[in-house]
Amino acid sequence: MRLRLVPQETSFDFFKRAKLWLGISALMMVVAMASFLWQGLNFGIDFRGGTTIRTEASEVVDVGAYRDALAVHELGDVSITEVFDPSFEEDQHVAMIRIQAQDDGEAISGEMIETLKTALDAVAPGIKFVSVESVGPKVSGELITTAVIAVALAIAAVLVYIWLRFEWQFALGAVAALVHDVVLTIGVFSELQIRFDLAIIAALLTIVGYSLNDTVVVFDRVRENLRRYKQKDLAEVLNISINETLSRTVMTSVTTLLALISLYVLGGDVIRGFVFAMIWGVLVGTYSSVFVASTILLKLGVKRDWSKQANTTGNQFSNIDA
Amino acid sequence: MLQIDLWKRVLIWLVCAAGLMLALPNGFYTRVEQSNDAAADIIAKGETPERLETAGQWPSFLPSGLVNLGLDLRGGAHLLAEVQVEDVYEARMDALWPEVRDALRPERDTVGTFRRQPGPADEIRLKLSKPDGMARALEIVRGLANPITTLTGVGANDIEVSAQGDILVVRLSEEEKIASDDRTVRQSLEIVRRRIDEVGTREPTIQRQGADRILIQVPGIGSASELKEIIGTTAQLTFNPVVGRGSDPDAAPGMGNKVIPSLDEEGAYYTIEAAAVVTGEDLVDAQPSYDQNGRPAVTFRFNTSGARRFGDYTAENIGSPFAIVLDDEVVSAPVIQSHIPGGSGIITGNFTIEESTNLAVLLRAGALPAGLEFLEERTIGPELGQDSIDAGKIATIVAFVAVLVFMGLSYGLFGLFANVALILNIALIFGMLSLIGGTLTLPGIAGIVLTVGMAVDANVLIFERIREELKSGRGPAKAIDEGYSKALSAILDANITTFITAVILFAIGSGPVRGFAITLGLGILTSVFTAIFVTRLMIVMWFERRRPKTIEV
Repeated sequence: MRLRLVPQETSFDFFKRAKLWLGISALMMVVAMASFLWQGLNFGIDFRGGTTIRTEASEVVDVGAYRDALAVHELGDVSITEVFDPSFEEDQHVAMIRIQAQDDGEAISGEMIETLKTALDAVAPGIKFVSVESVGPKVSGELITTAVIAVALAIAAVLVYIWLRFEWQFALGAVAALVHDVVLTIGVFSELQIRFDLAIIAALLTIVGYSLNDTVVVFDRVRENLRRYKQKDLAEVLNISINETLSRTVMTSVTTLLALISLYVLGGDVIRGFVFAMIWGVLVGTYSSVFVASTILLKLGVKRDWSKQANTTGNQFSNIDA
Repeated sequence: MLQIDLWKRVLIWLVCAAGLMLALPNGFYTRVEQSNDAAADIIAKGETPERLETAGQWPSFLPSGLVNLGLDLRGGAHLLAEVQVEDVYEARMDALWPEVRDALRPERDTVGTFRRQPGPADEIRLKLSKPDGMARALEIVRGLANPITTLTGVGANDIEVSAQGDILVVRLSEEEKIASDDRTVRQSLEIVRRRIDEVGTREPTIQRQGADRILIQVPGIGSASELKEIIGTTAQLTFNPVVGRGSDPDAAPGMGNKVIPSLDEEGAYYTIEAAAVVTGEDLVDAQPSYDQNGRPAVTFRFNTSGARRFGDYTAENIGSPFAIVLDDEVVSAPVIQSHIPGGSGIITGNFTIEESTNLAVLLRAGALPAGLEFLEERTIGPELGQDSIDAGKIATIVAFVAVLVFMGLSYGLFGLFANVALILNIALIFGMLSLIGGTLTLPGIAGIVLTVGMAVDANVLIFERIREELKSGRGPAKAIDEGYSKALSAILDANITTFITAVILFAIGSGPVRGFAITLGLGILTSVFTAIFVTRLMIVMWFERRRPKTIEV
């Protein structure tokens, strides 16, 4: 007996409540944008400049005492958070200290780090700085620009690729789903104020790739079924296609999630934000390829006249619509 | 139908075997690393019994390429430095000023007297007392220009000379600035590399980034400040004529001169001519040594042209003082006692032995042509890196096992085929990473874990398709064949789009993000390969042997 997450035959009607799903998605995007505009992202030093120090001490972290010890040095905005992870030893107490960018364009000086270490050593004897990262404001500005360019470029490249391989309606549907995923991911980072750094951009692009993966598989089947069922209307063909690929969609999401969740739980706190973004992206991406991309495709309609290409059906590479 | 040519079969297995072989050394990371280091030492420093023994820890007939561990896994320091290319313009102008002066002097009758005016550091501004002679002055100064060859501008000169009323302005041309910037950055890169090599750390990464930046990554070093100390000191040695000595740091130096402090005399300042007689660039050697009184000092030797200039200058200026200037501080200002012809000399000062040794090293390596500004500094402790490796290992293994079990439960025998392919897949990723000398970073490990999850996708697509074909009543062989051919377009489209994003990430990202892009991209390539070639071959081989009447996927 095989493990089956999805029954062999399904015939869900994914468009019965199309308006409701589109409404929910639109609402969530509005909430995400509002949250982004309202409280903004908790940018890491990659994007904002400044310094983060990861400290390790054998005594319990006393955030207040740390703060007082650093206050004399007038560093401006200093935030101290304690880090927890199941993999830490009994006497391993880790904190992250973030210091705002100092006036000049350069990174923080080595002497300053030593001074801070001495100051903290007074309240937490034997404290170690296991990592110190400092980014000058000059670079961080550029990093934001390149990050935005990267995401925009990825979406544009994908738009072009799908347009070439399918038709423009498919491309618009896919890109709508991508924008949806990116906006919702940024929204969740803004809402939960999880640190947003360079690695999260990598996660965002992976989400773009993953969500697309899902969308393309569905679309590929739609294209095939449009030829097979020439008499059925578009909604029906879309439904059949989604139902046929449903088992695969769920399988792949589950294996990916299995891998990601083990990384989330066991992979250490350093990349937890990164993995969180990807888990969220897989969930949202799977949802959007069915309920956003396909619904938009339905609303846009597709050219059904395939007669001109009827003589080229023998080859799977022949259906390039450019 | 279900036929694969023999040569294709052999090729597929050969690729897999090669991947496994290339990945193998990573399973014995420490041992192979020690062996490689020892082998490198034998070549560099000669054989010793211990080195031979360590080198023998790993058989030489096996591949010994390893995946580099990124700084976030190994610990070390990372610096992003911006070369202050404008610094060079000023030095160029200071060097040009005596030439301009000497060229105009014989023409006093036409151009009148002239004085250098204060202005931006990268210009020479001359005020002529006879503005009518401007045309002649322009002509003379333009005669000093040298043609430069660039890709764009044919016949461009290195300097631009123009007149603004009665002021003659000399500055570097735009073409020359671009060429000079490029030279400066390259020179800085080379010097940074030499300095880091002198200290002898392993596998440093020193790369140019963009127009004027240098990325420096040194694994295993204690902190970014330590690294900055190694590369940070400029060690610009010059010999300048001394104009005067005083105690006022703000004294008016006069045009073409500058006031700089003394290195070890508190409160003493020297006024010196900004244009140096000889610079550290003419040095061929510098060694730590001792002066007559047994105090640490540094001896140096000039090349021929430096020696000649130094000799001429000392011959002409017996009795006047000259300054030995190190990084804009006067080390000493002895009076020239006699003509010094040999081109060698000694720098004395209140050095400790360590300082004199360091100074010699810095002088030998050469001066950085321009200052460095550090835009990014990261130090990652080795403990944190090790923690990340350990956590990453456990997470990968757990993810792996979970996916294997899940695939087995879902697809039975076919799931098993997919699992073998998955294991091969990971081996291939490591093999290719070792082959191209790729770097594994923490996000890179995440990329591998993600690949574990996503790599099965191609197989899932195929298996689901085979199921559908079986359901619609096709025989096993036909169903398998159709399953593969019909799933192919979806597999390709899905993976090409993901690959596009990986390429963009690689092109734009840096450091850890780039590491992630590499593993993600390689993962896509290997997973497509394993799905459409390896599992297919396994299924075909199984099918040929068993010839089942019915199959269950």
